[in-house]
Amino acid sequence: MTPILSVENLTKTFRMHHLDQTLMAFAGLSFSLRPGEFILLSGPNGVGKSTLLRTLYRSCLPVAGHVWYDAPEGRIDLARAADVDVALLRRREIGFVTQFLNARPRVPAEDIVAEPLRLDGIAPDAALAEARRWLAAFGVRPALWRAYPTTFSGGEQQKVNLARALIRPPRLLLLDEPTASLDAGARAALVARLADLKAGGVAILGVFHHPGDVAPLIDREIVLHAQEIADVAE
Amino acid sequence: MTLAALTREWRAFSYGFLDASAKREIRRGLVKAVAIPGYQVPYASREVPIARGWGTGGLQVTLTLLNPRHVVKVIDQGADDSVNAASIRRFLTRVSGAAATWDTLAASLIQSRHRVPEEVLRDDQILVLQVPNPEPLRPVEPNMSIARQMHADADYGRLWLTLYEQIVRSGRVMHGAAYPSMVNGRHVMAPSPIPRWDVPKLHMARHLTILSAGREKRLYAVPPFTRVEPLVFDDVPYRVEDHAGLTCHRSGLKGYFMNEIPQDGGAAFEVSDSHLGIKAIRRRDGEAVVIGETWYRNGEMQR
Amino acid sequence: MTALAREAPRLVTRPPLVEVAGVSKRYGAVTALHAVSAVVHAGEVLGIVGESGSGKSTLLRMMNLEDLPDAGTYRLGLPGLPANLFALDRLARRMLCARHIGIVYQNPHHGLLMHHSSSGNVAERLLVAGERRFAVLRDKARGALDASEFPLDRMDAPPAELSGGMQQRVQLAKAIALEPALLLLDEPTTGLDVSVQALVLDTLKRLQRDRRITMVIVSHDLGVIRTMADRVIVMRRGRVVEEGLADQVFQDPQHPYTQQLVHAKL
Repeated sequence: MTPILSVENLTKTFRMHHLDQTLMAFAGLSFSLRPGEFILLSGPNGVGKSTLLRTLYRSCLPVAGHVWYDAPEGRIDLARAADVDVALLRRREIGFVTQFLNARPRVPAEDIVAEPLRLDGIAPDAALAEARRWLAAFGVRPALWRAYPTTFSGGEQQKVNLARALIRPPRLLLLDEPTASLDAGARAALVARLADLKAGGVAILGVFHHPGDVAPLIDREIVLHAQEIADVAE
Repeated sequence: MTLAALTREWRAFSYGFLDASAKREIRRGLVKAVAIPGYQVPYASREVPIARGWGTGGLQVTLTLLNPRHVVKVIDQGADDSVNAASIRRFLTRVSGAAATWDTLAASLIQSRHRVPEEVLRDDQILVLQVPNPEPLRPVEPNMSIARQMHADADYGRLWLTLYEQIVRSGRVMHGAAYPSMVNGRHVMAPSPIPRWDVPKLHMARHLTILSAGREKRLYAVPPFTRVEPLVFDDVPYRVEDHAGLTCHRSGLKGYFMNEIPQDGGAAFEVSDSHLGIKAIRRRDGEAVVIGETWYRNGEMQR
Repeated sequence: MTALAREAPRLVTRPPLVEVAGVSKRYGAVTALHAVSAVVHAGEVLGIVGESGSGKSTLLRMMNLEDLPDAGTYRLGLPGLPANLFALDRLARRMLCARHIGIVYQNPHHGLLMHHSSSGNVAERLLVAGERRFAVLRDKARGALDASEFPLDRMDAPPAELSGGMQQRVQLAKAIALEPALLLLDEPTTGLDVSVQALVLDTLKRLQRDRRITMVIVSHDLGVIRTMADRVIVMRRGRVVEEGLADQVFQDPQHPYTQQLVHAKL
C-alpha cells in the first residue's frame, strides 16, 4: 500500500536571533506512514517532537528534505507546496490536534465543534446535532453546550478541542499531547474514537502524555533523541 | 481739448440691449446646451437693468434670441399681469421692437417664471424658463467642483438616496417644485421650480425649452423630442399635484393647475395660467376665442 | 539559515482571484510601495501586517482602485474584466469598484454618509448599481444589515448617532450589499473597544464562513490577523519581507523583522 506520508531527510533548525545562535531540532529524518497505521512519537522534553509535528503540518518550514504526501490529485511535497495547496489539504484532509483549544472568544461550544461541518457545507441543524453528539461522547454536560469554552477549565476546553478536531475524519491525523489535561473518562472516549478512525483507514501520528492509553493501537514508535532518531518496530 | 469736444451725441449702440459679444457668448452656450441636453453650460452673466434673482438669466437668453419679428409673452407664476412680468415685457419690446402678447398661441418666444402654459407649445415656439438654482445636486453636495464631477461620472447615487429617505420618512417624495429629472437618459437637471404638474410637458415636446440662471451663471436646454424623466422608483410612481378635480371660481375651468386664494371661510381656486382663464371667461361671454389644445384634459396628462 | 523555496507541481490549478504584481508608488521623495506583489485565491483571507508607514493601507487603496501606482498590474479573475485594472479610465474603475469590490475603512467617517440613514447608506450602493425598486432596496438593505449583525430596529438611524462598533457594521453591510468578489478591510477594529473588537471580528468570521467571501485585511494588530487570516504578508517600509500561511508566519517567522514583530507581542 502506498504510504500516505513519506518523510525524506527532513532537517529543521531555528535561528535565535537575539542570542545569535542556531539550534538544531532534527536532521536527516526519514520515515513513512501508511493509511490505517498508528505511529507513536516519543522522546524527552524539548527534543523536537512538537517541532516535527508542526513541520509536517507546515506551520514550520524545514531547512532541507521532503515531506511527500499522497493527495488524491497526486503526490505533493508539503515542504515546498504553495500556501494555497497546504491550506486546501488542511481544510480537507489533514488534521492537527494540540493540547490547547484555540477558539474565538465568544462562540458557544457547540458552534465551535460544528464549524468543520459547516465549512463542508452541511446545514446548520444537522451540523449542530452531530456536534452535540460528539460533545456528549467526550463527556461535556449539555448545560455547557451553549456556553463559551473560553470560560471552561483546561480539561473541558480540551474536550471541545478534540470534538472539533475529530468530528470530520481526516486522512492524516497529527496529535500533539491531546490527553494532557483530560480525565480518565475523556481519555477513554478519545482512544475509542482514534480506534474507529484507525479502522477506517486514517493514518495517525501522535505524541501522547500517557502512551499506555493508546498502546493497543500503536503499530510503530519513533523515538527522537537529540539530533538522532531510532526507528523501533512494534 | 474741451469736454464738449470729447462728448458725443447718445446713439443706440446695440440691438436688444446686450452687446454683440455678449450675445455671441450666450449663443455659443445655447448651442452647447442644445447639443448636450440637460448639461449646465457656464456663461458670463451680464448686467441687465433688473436685480439678480428677478429673472436676469431668462432675460439674457430672451434678449439674445429676440429679433423684430418675434412675438413675446412674459409670465410670472402663470400671470402676464404681475409687476415683474409687465416690467420685463415692456423692457423687451422697447429694446427690440418686437411685439408683445398675452396669448400663448400667438407667441413665438415665452419667458416664464415657475410655470409652463397649459396650451401645448408648437415646434416654432421657444420656452425660456427662469431658474434660481440650476444645480439639482446642491442639497446633496454643496461643493460645486464635486457636484460637477458627479455629473461627469453620472454619479447620482446620493440624489437617489435622498429620494429613498424621503419615502422612508414620509411615505412619498417630498419635492413639490423643481423635481430632479433625467434628461436624455444622461444628465439630471433641476427643471426650475415648475410644479410637478408641469414637468411631463417637457418630455418629448415639440418645442425647445431653455433654462437659464443669471445669478448662478448657468444655462441648459431640453431640445424638442427629448426625454425628460422625473427620478422615480419603479414601484413608487410619479404623482402630480391633486388638482384634477378643482374648478376655477372665476372662469369655471376644471382640471388645470390652480392657485389657491385664501378667502373668509375657506379657499377658492383660480386657474394659474391666467390668460387661459381670461380666454375662457371671454368665450363664456360670447366672444369667438381660440383656445388651443392643452396638455392636460379633464385633469389627466394626454400622451 | 533560510527555508526551502516553494515550487510546482500544484494541487490547486485555478488561477488566483486577485493578483497584484510589481506595484510601486512614490509620493515625492517617499517610496510608499516598492515592487509589491500579492495573490489571493477565491474564498481566502489574506492578512497584511506591518507597522504604520509600512505601505499596507496604500496597497489597499490601490486594490480599491482609488489611487494608481507608478508601476505594476492588478488583475481580478472575473469574467469580462481586462487583464490590468490599473489601465482602465476613471469612470470604468469607479464602476468596476462599485460593483465588484467592497471596502471597510478604519474611520467610519471615511466610508459612510454620517447624516443619512444607515439603511440609506447601504441602499446607495444598490442605487449606484441601478436598482430602482424601492421595495427591493429596502429588503436588500435590511438583509445586508442583518448579515452584519446590525440591530434592525435601528436601521434608519444615521451613523452619527451610533457607536463605533455599529458604524463598522454599517460599513460592512454597505460593503457586502452587492455581494462583491473582493472585500477589503483597513484596520476594521482599530479604535474600537476591545470587547467590541471581538464581536466585530466574530461577525466577519461568520460572514466569511457562510459566504466564502474573499477578503484582504490590513492590520497592525497581530491578534486580529491571527484570528482572521489564512495567509499573511508582512510589510516593512513599502516592501514585502515575508509571506506564508498565517500560523507558519507567526510560529516560525523567517525574516528578522517578522521575528521582531511576532516576539514583541509575546
